[in-house]
Amino acid sequence: MIRDPKDLKRYNASERANHWLIGISFILLALSGLAFFHPAFFPLTQFFGGPVWARILHPYIGVVMALAFLIIFFRFKHLNKMTPADKEWLAKAKNMVDGNDHDMPEQGKYNGGQKVMFWALAVCMLLMTVSGLLIWRAWFGFDITLVRLGAVVHAAAGAVMIGLIMVHVYAAIWVKGTIRAMWYGTVTRAWAKQHHRGWYRQVTGK
Amino acid sequence: MSMQSQDIIRRSATSSLTPPPQVRDHKLEVAKLIDVTVCIGCKGCQVACSEWNDIRDEVGHNHGIYDNPVDLTAKSWTVMRFAEHQDEGGRLQWLIRKDGCMHCADPGCLKSCPAPGAIIQYANGVVDFQSEHCIGCGYCVTGCPFNVPRINKDDHKAYKCSLCSDRLAIGQEPSCVKTCPTGAIQFGTKEDMKLVADDRVKDLKERGFANAGLYDPQGVGGTHVMYVLHHADRPELYSGLPANPAISPLVSIWKGVTKPLATLALAGVALGSLFHYVTKGPNEVSREIEEEIEAEDKEAAK
Repeated sequence: MIRDPKDLKRYNASERANHWLIGISFILLALSGLAFFHPAFFPLTQFFGGPVWARILHPYIGVVMALAFLIIFFRFKHLNKMTPADKEWLAKAKNMVDGNDHDMPEQGKYNGGQKVMFWALAVCMLLMTVSGLLIWRAWFGFDITLVRLGAVVHAAAGAVMIGLIMVHVYAAIWVKGTIRAMWYGTVTRAWAKQHHRGWYRQVTGK
Repeated sequence: MSMQSQDIIRRSATSSLTPPPQVRDHKLEVAKLIDVTVCIGCKGCQVACSEWNDIRDEVGHNHGIYDNPVDLTAKSWTVMRFAEHQDEGGRLQWLIRKDGCMHCADPGCLKSCPAPGAIIQYANGVVDFQSEHCIGCGYCVTGCPFNVPRINKDDHKAYKCSLCSDRLAIGQEPSCVKTCPTGAIQFGTKEDMKLVADDRVKDLKERGFANAGLYDPQGVGGTHVMYVLHHADRPELYSGLPANPAISPLVSIWKGVTKPLATLALAGVALGSLFHYVTKGPNEVSREIEEEIEAEDKEAAK
């Protein structure tokens, strides 16, 4: 299938690869992390060659995710600065969720909700990385109180992060025409005009 | 390794709704009573432990103190800790405490362990590591209020005193008890050991140790290793024996409310998303905007 040559480029190949590196490591981390978090999820360790392998691999995958996230953070940070229009969008977010996006304020490349997601994930990633290092016994031996604090923070921030990513994934499924941006980088002009009109004007000059 | 003892009252990472085999849960609670006031610091218990359990720690270095090895290790499940104390009268007291697992009634290690069945508690109170299920995460170290479990650097599994559960199973006392030349370590039912301790404490009080007492900390539900101390009001004197040990609130939050709350919240997000999609429908690009774009294209083509 030849796509419309007039489709708009939303992500270049390097950005997409960066996103997928984070995505893959996140999925592996969430599966193994949940297994250590709650016994109900313990069988998930079988995806990793058993619980001992899951314990060995989890922190290394975490390092990969932290580094990949750091790169994407600096790539997209400037696009995620909060503006008054974002605050207005957030105030009206309930209408959006209800399925009525007609009177939402004009949004740039990212809307207020996406920007909140960006910063919330960044905070979680920071907490996960620091607390993860605190409890990584194969390499480190921190003071017991720090380790205990690390364990609570790692569990709580991890749960929040999994919840945020579920919302992130669902939003992409819910808003039709979004997922292709993650696969091959383009979106239709109609999609851009409807959801990110400011960005649409900027890239098309209309 | 897994003895069919059928008296396991608690099993790590297992809900109480699916209990381990415990048909023999009528067993009496046992206890090891360590009378610090009678200990001469011979380290016979350390040797007996190493012999019976057939573990050989590395020969360490002299650190200029009597403690040898200086700390518990994965291969030294008990160590004597020597503390010099000057009493009110200026006299030197050598407080020698045999350190090791306390076998808490409410074990922080078991609470923290994420591997089902890697830590179990028998009806007699013994907390035992089932090493073949251990995944080496070190959560037991994080959970222990007494800093007892150690990760072995060779196989990355956690180890600690088993209270010689294998000896107990055939009606013998722990090897350290068997070997102690002064009778400082005794073993029996917890009830009996408390009676023995009462006599000892009474005796010590008569000899001028007004604060003598039994160490059976209730913050961890009591322990199945108890001490008779001359200074029961100041357990810290004995190489940092905690005065009020309890599972850290951080560990309780981590392994308590966080687990069900987070699991429910995540299930809520997943179900919420599904039902949002089903009730509100997808957010499609509107036909109106698509037509606008098509009209623009036609305009441009002219």
